[in-house]
Amino acid sequence: MAAVGVAGTEQYNFDIVRKFTIMALVWGAVGMLVGVYIASELAWPFLNFDLPYITFGRLRPVHTGAVIFGFGGSALFATSYYVVQRTCQTRLFGDGMASFTFWGWQAVIVLAALSYVMGYSQGREYAEMEWPIDLLIEVVWVTYLIVFVGTIMRRKQPHIYVANWFYLSFILATALLHTFNNLAVPVSLFTLKSYSLFAGTQDAMTQWWYGHNAVGFFLTAAFLGMMYYFVPKQAGRPIYSYRLSIVHFWALSFLYMWVGAHHLHWTALPDWTSTLAATFSIMLLLPSWGGMINGIMTLSGAWDKLRTDPIMRFMIVALSFYGMSTFEGPMMSLKDVNALSHYTDWTVGHVHSGALGWVAMISFGSLYHLIPKLWDTKMYSEKLINIHFWLATIGTLLYITAMWISGIMQGLMWRAFDDFGNLQYSFAESVAAMHPFYAMRAIGGMFFLTGMLLMVFNTYMTIRQSNSQASKLEINPAKAAA
Amino acid sequence: MFNFKHEWIEKNVGLMLIATMIAISIGGLVEIAPLFFIKETVEKVDGVRPYTPLESRGRDIYVREGCYLCHSQMIRPFRDEALRYGHYSLAAESKYDHPFQWGSKRTGPDLARVGNKYSNDWHVQHLIDPKSMVPPSVMPRYPWLQTTALDYSDIAERLKALRQVGVPYSLTQGEYDRNVKDFGADVAATLHIPDAQKNLIAQAQSGNFDGDRSNVSEMDALVAYLQVLGTMVDFSKYDNDEFVKFR
Repeated sequence: MAAVGVAGTEQYNFDIVRKFTIMALVWGAVGMLVGVYIASELAWPFLNFDLPYITFGRLRPVHTGAVIFGFGGSALFATSYYVVQRTCQTRLFGDGMASFTFWGWQAVIVLAALSYVMGYSQGREYAEMEWPIDLLIEVVWVTYLIVFVGTIMRRKQPHIYVANWFYLSFILATALLHTFNNLAVPVSLFTLKSYSLFAGTQDAMTQWWYGHNAVGFFLTAAFLGMMYYFVPKQAGRPIYSYRLSIVHFWALSFLYMWVGAHHLHWTALPDWTSTLAATFSIMLLLPSWGGMINGIMTLSGAWDKLRTDPIMRFMIVALSFYGMSTFEGPMMSLKDVNALSHYTDWTVGHVHSGALGWVAMISFGSLYHLIPKLWDTKMYSEKLINIHFWLATIGTLLYITAMWISGIMQGLMWRAFDDFGNLQYSFAESVAAMHPFYAMRAIGGMFFLTGMLLMVFNTYMTIRQSNSQASKLEINPAKAAA
Repeated sequence: MFNFKHEWIEKNVGLMLIATMIAISIGGLVEIAPLFFIKETVEKVDGVRPYTPLESRGRDIYVREGCYLCHSQMIRPFRDEALRYGHYSLAAESKYDHPFQWGSKRTGPDLARVGNKYSNDWHVQHLIDPKSMVPPSVMPRYPWLQTTALDYSDIAERLKALRQVGVPYSLTQGEYDRNVKDFGADVAATLHIPDAQKNLIAQAQSGNFDGDRSNVSEMDALVAYLQVLGTMVDFSKYDNDEFVKFR
């Protein structure tokens, strides 16, 4: 009870950060477990067990929802609430509203997952949530914006720190994308089912404008915000170039919104749109690498930390994967490359080199930095962090290598002709050829998941150790008095 | 003299919100808004019609089961795809698709023109046990489609919602007459919402998609949908490069 009394006068609201941190780990474990399961379904289809609720088609949105919005989203709420308080040197605005964003967001993830297994889906990738859940997201998100901007407005510093620009841009863009991509008419007020407002080509364009910017803002800009705070903190050095971060920020925010249509090359979308998108995708390489360089060079003069500090290793490897994915992306947006890569596992591999290599690893690094601070102790085991690092790295490499091979092989088999000008392979033959790589991908996922579970264990032990330390501190003065 | 300093933005959250909002709005505006106004975006072509009530319910099941996560419905203009799947997809062919189901991944083959390629029996057997028809298949089995009765009690509500988003299902005599003019009397009759339930049952009976006339199953609806995919446009009526100008 004493802790509750203290909370009101505490300088910072870390309670909300702790809650989101724990849920990030929970959703990470759940989402990655589902990911491993559906990857295994593709390798060993009997795992669908003839149960509607766990078929690949229904579980896949559960996986993407739990990892992107559950794990990624909770990690972003946690770090953004932490960073904005520390860099503005003020307490979070609106304790009640912040608490609402926590419970509201968790409800969104749970309701979305339940609705998917029950067969309710808008049929739009990463936006499968039906309309009542969309409305809840909208309310939570506007509250998030108010809490975040409210905190910035009572900052004790004249300047708004760079990390907050990225978080702010992510919050605004997500609100914009979410609103316009989910315009739909419900069948009735008492059913979840709805039909999208737009059809065909316009609907496809809206969806991929959303889809790619879910990557661009939710999974990139926001995690760059994380990077701009936690990398300098962990390295103990200022960010490499302030000027570069300004250019990085504006170029990234402006350019990303143009590139979604590269998901629709060679489709019925007019050529002008997808060509424009490809052009901007190439340009996007510049700010992406600018950001990567800014992050990695922050370590210059302290490179030895890579040998000794597993958290730093997570961050630098994350930035390296970020650099690699943001090179691969523009390359895949070239029409000739896309003609081969589109519809294949190469795309899946590309997404995961970003999602596992960049998003998850920068989150792991940042959370390992954050957890001891939140619970006022040390991580239970540094060694486990190191093992987690290697499991995550090996898992990611196995995953993306499997998908590169299977993706390029698929693409080449589909377009192969024999000497008489007939198609050389049936589609079924290309499916059969994928089996070893689907198995390899599932194993890569298992590595990554094992690392995630170690992190959950390590964090659990850290919190336990913190609690026992705290109770000792409380007991000792009593003993002294006696 | 106007001497811009980035510092102004760094010190003023209102200015930062506005500037960021402008930066992130332009791309979408330039690429999306024109698609609603440029007429060539969706070409004019004969034969494309809204789905019948039964097909529409089949499409709902297609979305429900997440088929789009493994099957595309968008054939690209390449020689191999022409041989494997048929004529490349036109924008007009999905103009009544709310939501679009072009997909992004081919774990299984494209389905944009799967209609009339296989028999109803083949589809039923394949959906119940894909490996029995295609041994290397990794598709889940969907036996419950055959044993679950289709819930068509709310078919009118569903079509009304689709009508609200712009699909020309008819409620009034005037709308019905317009459909007769646009699609012919036979099609117009299937698009009339007051008769939706009657039409749905009639199509399931006459089509006998699941091989069992005694009831209307979810299998009936899904197979009816699959069998119409890509069959609406008669490409033999058009020159080879007729549609190039719309790309």
